[in-house]
Amino acid sequence: MTKLELAQQHGLSPREYETICALLQREPNEVELGLFALNWSEHCSYKSSKRFLKLLPTAGKRVLQGPGENAGVVELENDWCVAFKVESHNHPSAVEPFHGAATGVGGIIRDILSMGARPIALLDCLRFGEFSDAKARNLFEGVVAGIAHYGNCVGVPTVGGDVSFDDAYADNCLVNVMCVGLLKRSQLKRAVAQGVGNKILVVGARTGRDGIHGATFASEDLVGETEAKRPNVQVGDPFTAKSLIEATLEVCQFPELIGLQDLGAGGLSTAPAEMAARGGVGIALDIEEIPLRDPTMTPYEILLSESQERMVLCVRAGSEQKFLRVYRKWGLEAAVIGEVIAERVYRIRHEGRTIAEIPISLLVGGVPDQAAPGPVPPQAARRIVQTKSGVGWREALTKLLHSPTISSKRWVYEQYDHTVQTNTVFGPGAADAAVLRVKGERFALAVTMGGNGRYCQIDPYEGGVRAVCEAVHNIVSVGAEPIGITDCLNFANPTDPEVLWSFEQVIRGMADAARAFELPFVSGNVSFYNQSETRKIYPTPIVGMVGFLKDLANRVPMGFQREGDLIYLMGKLSGKVGGSEYLKVFSPSPHSPLPSEGEGLGVRGLGELEPTDLDLERHLVRTLLAAIERRLLASAHDVSEGGLLIALAEKSFARGLGAQLELSDLSEENLFGEWPSRFVVTVSPEHEGALTELLESMGVPYQKLGVVKGDALEIGGERVSIEELRRAYETALDL
Amino acid sequence: MRAAVVVFPGSNCDHDTYYVLKDLIGIETDLLWYRETNLNRYDLIVLPGGFSYGDYLRAGAIARFAPAVQALPEYIERSRGIVLGICNGFQILTEAGLLPGALTKNISQRFICKTVKLRVENNATPLTHLFGYGEIIELPIAHGEGRYIAPPEILEKLKRNRQILLTYFGENPNGSVENIAGIMNEDGTVFGLMPHPERNSERIFGTGDGLKIFQGLVQEVLV
Repeated sequence: MTKLELAQQHGLSPREYETICALLQREPNEVELGLFALNWSEHCSYKSSKRFLKLLPTAGKRVLQGPGENAGVVELENDWCVAFKVESHNHPSAVEPFHGAATGVGGIIRDILSMGARPIALLDCLRFGEFSDAKARNLFEGVVAGIAHYGNCVGVPTVGGDVSFDDAYADNCLVNVMCVGLLKRSQLKRAVAQGVGNKILVVGARTGRDGIHGATFASEDLVGETEAKRPNVQVGDPFTAKSLIEATLEVCQFPELIGLQDLGAGGLSTAPAEMAARGGVGIALDIEEIPLRDPTMTPYEILLSESQERMVLCVRAGSEQKFLRVYRKWGLEAAVIGEVIAERVYRIRHEGRTIAEIPISLLVGGVPDQAAPGPVPPQAARRIVQTKSGVGWREALTKLLHSPTISSKRWVYEQYDHTVQTNTVFGPGAADAAVLRVKGERFALAVTMGGNGRYCQIDPYEGGVRAVCEAVHNIVSVGAEPIGITDCLNFANPTDPEVLWSFEQVIRGMADAARAFELPFVSGNVSFYNQSETRKIYPTPIVGMVGFLKDLANRVPMGFQREGDLIYLMGKLSGKVGGSEYLKVFSPSPHSPLPSEGEGLGVRGLGELEPTDLDLERHLVRTLLAAIERRLLASAHDVSEGGLLIALAEKSFARGLGAQLELSDLSEENLFGEWPSRFVVTVSPEHEGALTELLESMGVPYQKLGVVKGDALEIGGERVSIEELRRAYETALDL
Repeated sequence: MRAAVVVFPGSNCDHDTYYVLKDLIGIETDLLWYRETNLNRYDLIVLPGGFSYGDYLRAGAIARFAPAVQALPEYIERSRGIVLGICNGFQILTEAGLLPGALTKNISQRFICKTVKLRVENNATPLTHLFGYGEIIELPIAHGEGRYIAPPEILEKLKRNRQILLTYFGENPNGSVENIAGIMNEDGTVFGLMPHPERNSERIFGTGDGLKIFQGLVQEVLV
């Protein structure tokens, strides 16, 4: 095999290989090829996405750490800060759902830990093929079990997220996990190596053969026999992870700690190089010092291993023993494996002999930018709109509540420990966002995570706008002010111009929406190559958001609270039914969501989306927060997937309270349309006047929908009991 | 009075329990590393929830060999103070033979996290004396191995001696025999609970019933 063939086998393109040879002024050896393959992989280098990611706003008055570190950090109050980030583990989960999902949880937890923060919450967004498909159910069950296994044991509550099902994800499920951590400003750490002569430590688990080439595996399409890819998937050990968290938080108190980083994708081939790049130094690694599971491992295997539960530390020379002692107390491995050097290279030594040496600038950030977006693709599929379903509202509502995407996710979240750490005031199902108290403080945190790929398949720009707006709605519904965004962009193969065009459109939509709310993106992740021989996933941006709730006592729940409270709709009062779950569920023909050849963008039968008016959005959100601050609202819920009647039914389930509704417009647009910019709120009769006055003065459109009453939803004499609706809602995911 | 919350590698409710004892009730409390064997300084020893040693092999099966647990029989024999095991702590106590019976995989074979209703079966114990007899209280559960089982003669004895403290009410979430959620030893000095009182010790989490369990213990020790 020639060196070029070997390079291609490592996932490097001929053009990239040429660049490497030209800049090195020689051919790389095999170990060096391995280092380049991982550092230059899409997963680690963002080579197809970075030019577009620059479009996202990242500045804000609370931002302490923006993109570029292991996680973003924003300030709260009293020196408290919150670190957060989302990451994907799609490819591993498609191949080995249990361990793939479990290690996804582990990886993002260590990213938060790298900032010096204690992980306090997890959220996850999962996408699978249709629930009726046995393979999708199997993946779903395995992924949920894997998240439960890892998250429960590691003692970080899983407080939110969502799950949806669509044929578009039949070959490539999505597993996106977000972790939130809490720290004091003075504890903030960075993933940096500095100070010539300072020591590099590896701590946690031993290095084994698992996960070799994990990052390159995540940077190609998922084709053929996926079973053959199983050795690429790492195996997680949440018990070791828990000890690693405690030990690491202990050493974060040591002033001799210069910087630390998780060993995630790329393992020792990428993390030390990235730390050196940030510190403007070089690193020399003595490979024989690394604790191994199998002493016969070659230097190549050691460097490329993605064994879990490991971190790299840079510590002041002379303080090593202090660090080693803490990790050993917790029963973990810890070893000095190298040192900071002045020469800006990543040098790998084996028994004193240099076996690889690459300039840091070439390894980190040296990869050439890839492909430009193509022209606007055809959009014929968007024009194929389906007609009326022909069923009454009660039947339609019951059927929609029972659709796996809309239905209750109790089956999922009851398997996750969501109350450990005793901070979860609003857990899964209680409100639009989870609310976490901060012990000893009046303020609290709100967190949410979600994203709708189908909207982006129909209209990527509008889908991007909605992904941000939806997260904002969830945060403000509980009474919190949104303060920062993290995102995970899940797309198909970026060398396909249509995919890259959608990618850019989604980002432009997200950027415009974030600017409207003056919200910064502080961290994120891109997952490309989510496609098989026959299927691409929908463009799926997942947005995670953190909110600041000034006073925990002001939190607002989702559900109806008292009989006699009045129900109001505020925001945009009319719009299209296009893109809705309703149209998808009531599709008359066997569902074939993906456009045929030449149809381009869109989803057959689902029409077009109602565009979001960002001025109205900003205005509406400000008004809702003002109403909550004045303690006018008994409950608040944003109208999203499933439309108005679904939102009302969800409000009923909290306490089994029904509603008498006075709706004049019973069209499917009004009842089930998913147009943006709407909240359903309830208000006690004594505050009704103050609320309508506020809405009038702010010029926000509103409509009185009815009154909280009885144990059924009732519209114009027709009624359906909450119990019957609940049965439909709660039984869809029973396996 | 002084309390200890034992910290094993893998404990994850240690800080939560410490917070209730130290910050909410205000008694001197130490986080005690599992290698400690000098327990006599303490009036109350809590084995907290979590996944000690990853629950590998079986929940509690490895932690029972930890030095602090090995020192418990002497502590109990001398009636020095009270021992409370919560969730994983309860599992450790049964594995160590300090409480009868065993905690096995939930009948659903899945982890369950939710708030459940419980009935107070005996309110004449240090743990439950602040509740009424037959009172229905609410506490969260979060476990994969919480199904209590015991041979008929043990169950008979538990009932005869009124060692059953709490039973699941309305719905049995894990398949425990006789709906058992919490028990004590014959002397009333060792207690085991599958539900987590520390997770409902403040009104922001619901009824706040859990606080009464800790307050009851503290009052008992102070008397």
